[in-house]
Amino acid sequence: MSKTGAEILVECLKKHGVDLIFGYPGGVLLSIYDKLFDSDILHVLPRHEQGGAHAADGYARSTGKVGVCFGTSGPGATNLVTGIATAYLDSIPMVVFTGQVSTNLIGGDAFQEADIVGITRPIVKHSYLVKDVDDIATVISEAFYLAKTGRPGPVLVDLPKDVIAAKSKNSCASDVKIVGYNPTYEGHPMQIKKMIKLLENAKSPVILIGGGVKLSNASEELLRFVEAINLPVVSSLMGIGAFPNPHKNWVGWAGMHGNYASNMALTEADYIIAIGNRFSDRTTGRLDGYAVKAKKAQIDIDPTSIDKNVKVDVPIVGDCKTVLKQVLHYLGDFNWEKCKKDREDWLKRIEYWENERPFGYKFSDRIIKPQYVVEKIYEVTGGDAIITTEVGQNQMWAAQFYKFKDPRQFITSGGLGTMGFGFPAAIGAKLGNPDKEVFDIAGDGSFLMNMQELCTAVQYRVGVKVAILNNKFLGMIRQWQHLFYNKRYSNSCLECQPDFVKLAESYGCVGFKVEKPSEVENVLRESLKIKNKPVLMDFNVDREENVYPMVPAGAALNEMVYGER
Amino acid sequence: MRHIISVLVENKFGVLARISGLFSGRGYNIESLSVNATENENISIMTIVTRGDDHVIDQIIKQLRKLVNTIKVRDVTQVEHVERELILVKVHATQRTRSDILNIIDTFRGKVVDINKESLVIEMTGDQNKLNALVDVLEPYGIIEIIRSGTIAIARGSKSTTDFTKQDIKNQEE
Repeated sequence: MSKTGAEILVECLKKHGVDLIFGYPGGVLLSIYDKLFDSDILHVLPRHEQGGAHAADGYARSTGKVGVCFGTSGPGATNLVTGIATAYLDSIPMVVFTGQVSTNLIGGDAFQEADIVGITRPIVKHSYLVKDVDDIATVISEAFYLAKTGRPGPVLVDLPKDVIAAKSKNSCASDVKIVGYNPTYEGHPMQIKKMIKLLENAKSPVILIGGGVKLSNASEELLRFVEAINLPVVSSLMGIGAFPNPHKNWVGWAGMHGNYASNMALTEADYIIAIGNRFSDRTTGRLDGYAVKAKKAQIDIDPTSIDKNVKVDVPIVGDCKTVLKQVLHYLGDFNWEKCKKDREDWLKRIEYWENERPFGYKFSDRIIKPQYVVEKIYEVTGGDAIITTEVGQNQMWAAQFYKFKDPRQFITSGGLGTMGFGFPAAIGAKLGNPDKEVFDIAGDGSFLMNMQELCTAVQYRVGVKVAILNNKFLGMIRQWQHLFYNKRYSNSCLECQPDFVKLAESYGCVGFKVEKPSEVENVLRESLKIKNKPVLMDFNVDREENVYPMVPAGAALNEMVYGER
Repeated sequence: MRHIISVLVENKFGVLARISGLFSGRGYNIESLSVNATENENISIMTIVTRGDDHVIDQIIKQLRKLVNTIKVRDVTQVEHVERELILVKVHATQRTRSDILNIIDTFRGKVVDINKESLVIEMTGDQNKLNALVDVLEPYGIIEIIRSGTIAIARGSKSTTDFTKQDIKNQEE
């Protein structure tokens, strides 16, 4: 029996387990939307396609499933671009469907035509322009397969109007075979043994984890490995949550605003095993001063991540979870007794660093410190909430002062650093985890970038909390201008802003304005009582608070600057 | 160092753009690029000549392998190989200079493929150095136009770059 492309598409989505779509209709998508109207897939209408893409991303990060979003041709598609790039830089599995003008019009500068496959080529794992209705079913299967296997990432499927309307006998394909695509899951046994051998002889080893540990669901294996031989664990920003905090082997997260102990541990280590970590510049600081004493092993499913920024001694291409299982299998063949004493001394040294300069700030009872708000959010949620962040100071304080114990608890745009990400991502995370509290720790600048999604959250009764750390500045920009541009605050001051309480109320949400430290906890507790609608909390914080410690641009990890405390 | 990289790709829409985009987006340079069908119509082969230190070449090869539509990537300069390029040169040739030029062409084992009162078109194949030498020698006569095909290269011996893929492609077709 013949079906239209639109029917096949909706059928395939069901077959791939899609139960939630974030999409915005448009002229060329009408026949798909007509089919979705009868489908039991929940379709959420964001108020801007960018919000839809970030929501799909937040859903994917918090559930481990593939996020799905739709945008129409032309502007609908281009509005998705930032969301696609955000997912790409953090390797988030997404399938993005865009409408396209009819195939006979392509190339003729038709109304709402944009070459979205061309525009997004450098920011997708792969993309398709479907020119024949007979290919739709296969393409969709390939798209989902590519998005979630190997190093995950966004896959774009561009669907011309006439192709969606045409009929085909093909139904959803289950087998996918792509000749040139065979990700390596198992690590090479020789390399793995070499990696363990070096560990056996290391005096000051560090495990450095990244977002790859979360993507491959390897936290359990990681914990067993670390506990088996008592290793200190340092993370990148993206790896936060992949190893439980607190835990006696948890040191912290390294990089530009990471903690002193982590940056010192990496600097002083004689052996670093990087797991699902790509040595990004924000994590390494100046490369010629980075971990110069350490031999390095690196486990990564993407061969291009290995030796890209930092040369490693033992490269292991493979999936973190699979390789860690192999590692656990071989551990018993080595002798761990002889390094026990060295390990104890090393852990003591790290503990000393931890105590010497923990994350801290100067509390005030007159003015709200942003860090205090984050600490209180941690307290009132019992450390169980999913936290999304925007980008900038709010993101760093969230990472510094909330303790994350689960791999899918901290959702942040680490690679692209997308302002406006956190709020729509929180909506996606809450829809994927209705039983969890979801907080967006926001800045006033970034929240304004996608606040239109308040309407979405109200319409779909999504009970997310937004905590705006409002300093009426683009805080991180101001901080750099403070430190490196003589306090010349060029275009970083946001004194003109809406009344956030009235704004919330106008959308049908609940709003709170908080000006005193003594009110912080009460308002947060109050917000937890409100279900099924968003709560917007406007915390008026110390305007010129800086994030410390800080590794200035071009400095090595151990050349941190510290604030007063 | 100069490297010749053979890239076996699925013969699909947009593949060339993905490959050239990879080079431009990551700041690698392409000295020459040629794309051809292979003995298998589903597969094309691209020969890319590029330059870079070991680290850059390593990244180029890995990044090329990462593309979904690439089947095999090989640095031909790492093995015994033969490389060739085709050149077409249009050069000024008057009655006075024509016989000199014909002598040169003969020495280089080139061919004249077009001739008229004022010019000659010369065809020659060879490696880059040989073609450069021809161009140098012809320069004083007045070169009107040069078209070069870009380098192609093939490994010596009886194996084919496309060999191992045939079964895979067959599986896919079934």
